[in-house]
Amino acid sequence: MSETDESSKLVSGPREYLTFRLDQEEYGIDILKVQEIRGYEKPTRIANAPEFIKGVVNLRGTIVPIIDMRLKFSCAQAEYNSFTVVIILNLRNRIVGIVVDSVSDVMELAPENLKAAPDIDGSIDSSAVVGLGSVGERMLILLDIEKLMSGVDMGLVSVEA
Amino acid sequence: MTEGHQEAGGGDSFDLSQFYQIFFEEAGENLDLMEQMLLNLNLETADDEELNGIFRCAHSVKGGAATFGFADVAELTHQMESLLDRLRRHELQPNPMMVDVLLESADASRVLLARHQTGETSEPPSNADLVRRISELAAGGTPIPAAAPVAAPELAAPVQAPPAVPVPAPATVAAKPGSRQLEIRMGPLDRPDQVDGVKDLFRDIVGLGSVTEVASDRADTRVFHASTSSSNEDLLDLFAFHVSREQVNIREMDTAATSWSDRDDPPPGAPVAPAPGFGFFEGAPGVPNGAASAPVEATEARPAAAKAGATKPAPSQVTAQPEAATIRVAISKVDQLINLVGELVITQAMLAQNSQALDPAANQQLMAGLADLDRNTRDLQESVMSIRMIPMSIVFSRFPRMLRDLASKLGKKVEFVTQGEATELDKGLVEKITDPLTHLVRNSCDHGIEMPGDRLAAGKPETGTITLSAAHQGGSIVIEVRDDGRGLSREKILNKARERGLDVSDQMSDGDVWQLIFAPGFSTAEVVTDVSGRGVGMDVVKKNIAALNGTVEIDSSEGYGMRVSVRLPLTLAIMDGMSVGVGDEVYILPLSSVVESFQVKDDAVNTVAQGSRLVKVRDEYMPVIELEKVFQVPRYDASKSSDIMVVVEAEGSRVALLVDELLGQQQVVVKNLETNYRKVPNVSGATILGDGKVALILDTSTLVRRSRH
Repeated sequence: MSETDESSKLVSGPREYLTFRLDQEEYGIDILKVQEIRGYEKPTRIANAPEFIKGVVNLRGTIVPIIDMRLKFSCAQAEYNSFTVVIILNLRNRIVGIVVDSVSDVMELAPENLKAAPDIDGSIDSSAVVGLGSVGERMLILLDIEKLMSGVDMGLVSVEA
Repeated sequence: MTEGHQEAGGGDSFDLSQFYQIFFEEAGENLDLMEQMLLNLNLETADDEELNGIFRCAHSVKGGAATFGFADVAELTHQMESLLDRLRRHELQPNPMMVDVLLESADASRVLLARHQTGETSEPPSNADLVRRISELAAGGTPIPAAAPVAAPELAAPVQAPPAVPVPAPATVAAKPGSRQLEIRMGPLDRPDQVDGVKDLFRDIVGLGSVTEVASDRADTRVFHASTSSSNEDLLDLFAFHVSREQVNIREMDTAATSWSDRDDPPPGAPVAPAPGFGFFEGAPGVPNGAASAPVEATEARPAAAKAGATKPAPSQVTAQPEAATIRVAISKVDQLINLVGELVITQAMLAQNSQALDPAANQQLMAGLADLDRNTRDLQESVMSIRMIPMSIVFSRFPRMLRDLASKLGKKVEFVTQGEATELDKGLVEKITDPLTHLVRNSCDHGIEMPGDRLAAGKPETGTITLSAAHQGGSIVIEVRDDGRGLSREKILNKARERGLDVSDQMSDGDVWQLIFAPGFSTAEVVTDVSGRGVGMDVVKKNIAALNGTVEIDSSEGYGMRVSVRLPLTLAIMDGMSVGVGDEVYILPLSSVVESFQVKDDAVNTVAQGSRLVKVRDEYMPVIELEKVFQVPRYDASKSSDIMVVVEAEGSRVALLVDELLGQQQVVVKNLETNYRKVPNVSGATILGDGKVALILDTSTLVRRSRH
């Protein structure tokens, strides 16, 4: 069901995206996947986890893993200061927090402002990039955050033996 | 359930009564549900789902009733089931008559159940007529020819219920089929006028018969002559509104006036009327008439009936359902409650920690409030946890019967002793521990206890004893299965292990040898006896118990018996933990697996090949696991180092964990890491500390296993 949602994203009416910055780039994710935005607090480290998994935090009694997108996307630097924010995502009954440099705003994008994504050779699965959006001078990289997070390389989901 | 059908009170020491209550509750629910579904059933468009649902209800009641030996209920529901079975197979088309009969039967079952529940021993109401009607319908009588035979019993079965029949006879009540002439004496009475209502009863209840008062020889006693077709039992039930049963004396008068009147086909069941409470309402004025709809509407008509019979007390007294002392609640709701209380405990701990820095004198009220909160939270937590706790007797009580059957099959003499049945355990655990325990008990009987002759030859009493005990030990429950049989043979186990190519030596400790029987494919039958093993192997037992965070230990002495101890956490949701510090991080150890802790001296640690280390604790060498290395804890402060050993035991082996410091003991709410993340090696879960931080709970059994490689 969510699959049809994603594929219809480019053709249906305007949708709202939460935009955030990682280094110099600006990304957008479907606002409906966002549960809340919090300040960064030091998570409990998990041994032998990939570097970008910072650990787990207590979100009102729920244990939530925290992923630093800057490390995942190989950004030049990943500082933790009072502006660092965590976007708590609710993806298919899983709750995951992602660390970003800053949250910009929520914007509505009409289908005509969306362009199909070119083939990107980067540190992420290019199929998780659903398109590029242009807002004035700015370019938004629209992510299918659910696909990105459920990818095997994220190490969030146990690979069944 | 290994033991299928049981008689009520069958086994000598086997007590089924504790299950009765559950059965009554369930049966009541099933009957209610069935009634509801029947009432909602659309006859033309009845779909399979609905019919199957109704069938299942009847089937459940029947199964339970048969198990508990309530033959009358089982018989009635069996008939209902047969009819419903044909309906759901579409061999019959449902018609209103069937719905009526089924509803009546449901009511009758309820009455029967209530009788069993209150332990009434008097003559039960006969349902022979209902049964006959159901079977006629089930035999496939088409609605029109069936109308006559059905209508007739409808008159007769609830004898006092002519309004429900197309033959209205309210005026000619005097001579009913099978009427009897009775003399009813009531007394001694405190107030003789209290039984005036009896006359009203006969007047109001159409079909009950007629009554005249005759002079009494005593002032406190009143005498009536009645002509009625109702049974004494029914009359007593009716009179109960006015006068207690003991005060009523019914005597049949010696007259030949019994008039087999207008009907020449009195149904066999007629003289004995069924279902007192039920018939009562059928017959009450104000119940809408009409043969087909009467029983359907009877339920709704109850309040009306009560109103109409103004002299009669509320109808609830008639059926006198014992008030439910328990409620059935979805487990998910209880779990949610437990989760919320868990959060509360965490918040409370957080408050307590933050308030420690405050000046007690300046914040006296706040401190007092916090102390109250602390106590209340603890009480609340205990109460909530106790909802899920059920006594072990639920598990234990299934064994006597099973053992008796097994022992007689094997030709052995076994006495079964249970201890600590009142020990409580989490419901989820109880369900999961039953199968492994069953296996252990069977094993004891099958392989442990010798044949009576062998026992006598060995100088033991002829009858073997199997003891099942449960007790609390710290944060866990220990369940033991003991027998005084032949015990395990070390030699045979070692030989068997060698055959299987397992790595064993004669120098192994007994404990290690016994652990071998948990190896997959290592059947105890092959090892100890020639009797073939049955069911799951010991490896499955061990796996199941390990899945519950439990451990199994074996203690055996050849020729004298063996003991299997199963140690389980009391609940899966909360456990006692010991928090240890490594670097800047905090980890939780299950307190149940912690044996001891001590400050290590340099000379006590020996390094063996490949850098693995052993520590000598008293006379035992055990492997050292450095948590700092296992969890790659970053060390910022080089001046500190791990110099405290915590000895933990799991799966029968011990290892020493090297940590920086011991932080304390506390109850922790176990949280699943896999809900949002995934399984983490060496970690069984996570918990939230008083400061809101997450701490990982170590999985001692994987740590111990790790040290073996």
